Amino acid sequence: MPSVNAVRQRSEVVVEIGGLPIRLRSNNSIFLRLIHERYAGYVSLSNDASFDFEVELAPPGTESGDKEVQVTWDSGRWLMERGDFRAEWNPSTSRGRIFQTINPYSLDSVLRIVHTLLLARTGGFLVHASSAIRNGRAFLFPGVSGAGKTTMARLAPPDVALLTDEISYVTRQDGRYFAVGTPFFGELARVGENLRAPIDAVYLLAKGAENKIEPIVGADAVRGLLGNILFFARDPKFVKLVFDAALDFVSHVPVRRLTFVPDSRVWELIV
Amino acid sequence: MNDKLYVARSTAIAARVLGDETMIMSATDSTLFTLNEVATVIWESADGTTPLEEIVANKICTQYEVTFEAALKDAESLVEELAGHGLLMVSDKPIGQAIPKLAETSWAA
Repeated sequence: MPSVNAVRQRSEVVVEIGGLPIRLRSNNSIFLRLIHERYAGYVSLSNDASFDFEVELAPPGTESGDKEVQVTWDSGRWLMERGDFRAEWNPSTSRGRIFQTINPYSLDSVLRIVHTLLLARTGGFLVHASSAIRNGRAFLFPGVSGAGKTTMARLAPPDVALLTDEISYVTRQDGRYFAVGTPFFGELARVGENLRAPIDAVYLLAKGAENKIEPIVGADAVRGLLGNILFFARDPKFVKLVFDAALDFVSHVPVRRLTFVPDSRVWELIV
Repeated sequence: MNDKLYVARSTAIAARVLGDETMIMSATDSTLFTLNEVATVIWESADGTTPLEEIVANKICTQYEVTFEAALKDAESLVEELAGHGLLMVSDKPIGQAIPKLAETSWAA
């Protein structure tokens, strides 16, 4: 008996980072394949999503230079803009739109911004840090560019699970802080493992002539952390939430300075 | 003529006292400032209704070995700097209800 099998081409991908599934819709199959590849390990098999974004693709070459990212709250929507994308997101409807060319990097930036906004509501944040899990405990290594985030990731021994070498994802749950794997990578060019563990300590990175660890407390700890937290939105309420989150974080999690020689022995101190 | 200065903390900031220091983050550009012990005294006393010279006389000169003139000069410099960053409001009249409230936003709800 003749039959026809029709397989409907999916026009969406659900990317789930930190337990927050975001549905990305596009009618461009090449772009969707790019997303699948870029977020391997973070593409949800479920079709359920808490947030929806329609991605509209502009022709290549329509980017407008090096305009810096701007995130503003206007008439019930977050507006996000940079030279290579424009996006808006309405938190009350959980829906948004993204205008960009066909590349995964613009989307990556939008997702980082959206996650900083979502995390702020629950006391979490994104921070410029590599992070890893060892023996069931997570460690964060914040630092500016060149401080050694990727170096720490590269030097990690086999028993260490890498969460990211660039942007760490910190969530707060029941008064405890957890580090979560992210697909946001730096020079390592490798997505982090999609794992989660309670944060044991933060090590502010500094390269030096010997390996040593020093405790950092009070205002110095807050400064060290805040200096690496991602602030996109110039919004008073957002800034207050993140400021309070950083202060609460350092009252729960030890902050230390890790001065290190860039070789594998540094990991002998991280146990 | 009233030449008194009144100072009030801006509402567009996030601030917390940690030990002897005060950390202040500008909510408009997320710049972080740290006040030392003496500056913290002035910051905490900046209620918009107490003149700066009264704060200096009663809160600074009584606790630290400094002349009133020197302390007032330093306090005025501090106030000018903080006001320049939008952290303090300065007026020659008491600042009360005039303190602008932050626009209510609902995104964090």
